Amino acid sequence: MTEIAIKAEGLGKNYQLGLNAAYGSLREAVSEAGRRTVGRLVGRGEKPEIDVLWALKDVSFEIQQGEAIGLIGHNGAGKSTMLKLLSRIAEPSTGYAEVTGRVGSLLEVGTGFHPELTGRENVFLNGAILGMRRAEIRKRFDEIVEFANMERFLDTPVKRYSSGMQVRLAFAVAAHLEPEILLVDEVLAVGDAAFQRKSLTKMAEVARAGSTVIFVSHNLATIQALCERAILLERGSVVTDAPVEEAVTGYLRALERAASDDLETRTDRDGRAWEESKVKRLAVYDGDSDEADVVVGGRGAKIVIEVTEVVPMMECSLTILNSLGHPITTLDSELSSSADIRDSGSGPRIECRVDSLPLIPGRYRIDILLRGRQEIQDGLQAAAYFDVEPGVIDGRPMPSIGADGDVVLPHTWQLPA
Amino acid sequence: MSQQTAIKPTAEVELETPPPETIRLEATSGFGRVLAPRELWRFRDLAFQIAARDVTIRYRQTSFGAAWAILQPLAFMAVFTLIFGRFAGIESDGLPYWLFSLAALVPWMFFANAFLLSSESLVMNQALISKIYFPRIFIPAGVVAAGCVDFAISMLILLVIVLIDGIVPPIAILTLPLLIAIAVMTALGAGAGLSAINVRYRDVRYVVPFATQLWFFITPIVYANSALSEPLRTLSAINPMVGVIEGFRWAVLGNGSAPWDLIGVSFAAAAVLLFIGLSYFDRVERSFADLI
Repeated sequence: MTEIAIKAEGLGKNYQLGLNAAYGSLREAVSEAGRRTVGRLVGRGEKPEIDVLWALKDVSFEIQQGEAIGLIGHNGAGKSTMLKLLSRIAEPSTGYAEVTGRVGSLLEVGTGFHPELTGRENVFLNGAILGMRRAEIRKRFDEIVEFANMERFLDTPVKRYSSGMQVRLAFAVAAHLEPEILLVDEVLAVGDAAFQRKSLTKMAEVARAGSTVIFVSHNLATIQALCERAILLERGSVVTDAPVEEAVTGYLRALERAASDDLETRTDRDGRAWEESKVKRLAVYDGDSDEADVVVGGRGAKIVIEVTEVVPMMECSLTILNSLGHPITTLDSELSSSADIRDSGSGPRIECRVDSLPLIPGRYRIDILLRGRQEIQDGLQAAAYFDVEPGVIDGRPMPSIGADGDVVLPHTWQLPA
Repeated sequence: MSQQTAIKPTAEVELETPPPETIRLEATSGFGRVLAPRELWRFRDLAFQIAARDVTIRYRQTSFGAAWAILQPLAFMAVFTLIFGRFAGIESDGLPYWLFSLAALVPWMFFANAFLLSSESLVMNQALISKIYFPRIFIPAGVVAAGCVDFAISMLILLVIVLIDGIVPPIAILTLPLLIAIAVMTALGAGAGLSAINVRYRDVRYVVPFATQLWFFITPIVYANSALSEPLRTLSAINPMVGVIEGFRWAVLGNGSAPWDLIGVSFAAAAVLLFIGLSYFDRVERSFADLI
């Protein structure tokens, strides 16, 4: 079974910025056409300045049937564009890809749902959207309903479902999809942690059953668990196409290089076009010495974030990851405590304090997500790195570098004398 | 779950799984996406589900349901009969004005609704378009197909009304499928073409309602086409709805002689419109996901 499932050759995709971008008005197009015609008549057929952005450039690879491939890279490196091309949503600008077999995607919950339709009707609609044949859905209908455990609500419009029920039903349909090639963009499937977890299980299952899987995720731990091979993209090109460990190492190194850049000018960020605030600076200080980027385990630490603009309802979420890129913990201001302080006089500055840092010595990374007005304002991976020096926690020395695990808990022992 | 599988009859008919097919994805140019029959056939189940969805949601949670399909033309008929028939005294080819306008309003309402809704359909379905591949023509075509269900209902009621009134529809009623085909071609050609323009230029949203009103007045709905003098009368059928509506009056009410000249011109015009609409749709379809 070494047949090729996907073969890409010189694949590229560009987007035109400026003229004709997204919502150009008809008036502009008409006047532009007029201008060009006049230009041609007068003999100065100069082409208007068109800014072209290459989201993918000259990408070639082969994927065997049954392989599970991780697609990794910074935001904006071209991962999602690649999935769009492979799923035929968008057309490549250059090169080609040959895809053998039925392609299925796991989608954001509700993409294929219509709120006015009942659960039953939505199962058929969503199944068809995911690429299932009607006979196939009919055959598996009972299984799907049983899996979702909602026989009672089948004839209720989906708009009356709780979000949990919608997730269950959406997932039940997706779980019965049997594609030969499964494309998963974890970034697209966000919004519901339970759905994400289930998606991962489903993916592992599909991969085991011999299907080809292409998986896009920021979570290196899941990539490493599910994929043997990974492709690292940077600025639209393949940098590394290698066994997963090697590609992940390459990615971690690239992240660390990016972290040294000025945060405000980095382009690999999450966030929307209408963002109002950006992360300007993020630094970790030792709680006692105020020294930047080196902290001592067991002592206090503070993370200081400067943003460009204060936006109403600002929230901040920090994820701390270890040197392998595996997340250790997330600190989220939305899960508020009465000890939190909201100060209108503090300016565009956010501070997060940890009383006693329970991390063993080593190098750690911080990813940040900034929200405001209930929208994602900005997100940066590897916004900062910091080193933890060996320290003492609750009067007990910490394990040294190289010990298993990342955290240490304050604890006491009782032993025979 | 395992139990469930166990009690399943083993002799169940397996779905035929065609051998995996290799599809080459590359930059395409020219035509041949919309009218690729194999591609359309491959996605036929999705096409059916989209049309079924559009039919189902149409009157969900409305008290009158599908009765709206006939209430609308009836309401217009009442107003028109009063204003144009009674007060303005517009000539109605010797027919009672209410019948004269109702026979025109039934196909017109189908066309106007299908045109308006299909021109907005791609933008309304942008979540799907930016996440899933399928032949995009199914979106506007599904809306037009859903409109056909309404059309069938209102046509049935029109026939009942005509029978009650004592008119026995002539043999010409057999031309209805042709007339309906012209109306569908017109709605799909104009609707699909404008829905594609709408992806890039949202101006369409403002143009269509306004264009529909203008179109209403250049179509002989409140007046009779016979009011025009000759070269103009036939030429006016370049507007495909002229042939449809004059055809309806003749086929359902048995009025006057067969307007084959109008129907012929309108059929040709509808075919050209459909070709232009689908060609444009086809040409820009590949960039929908990038632009929407």
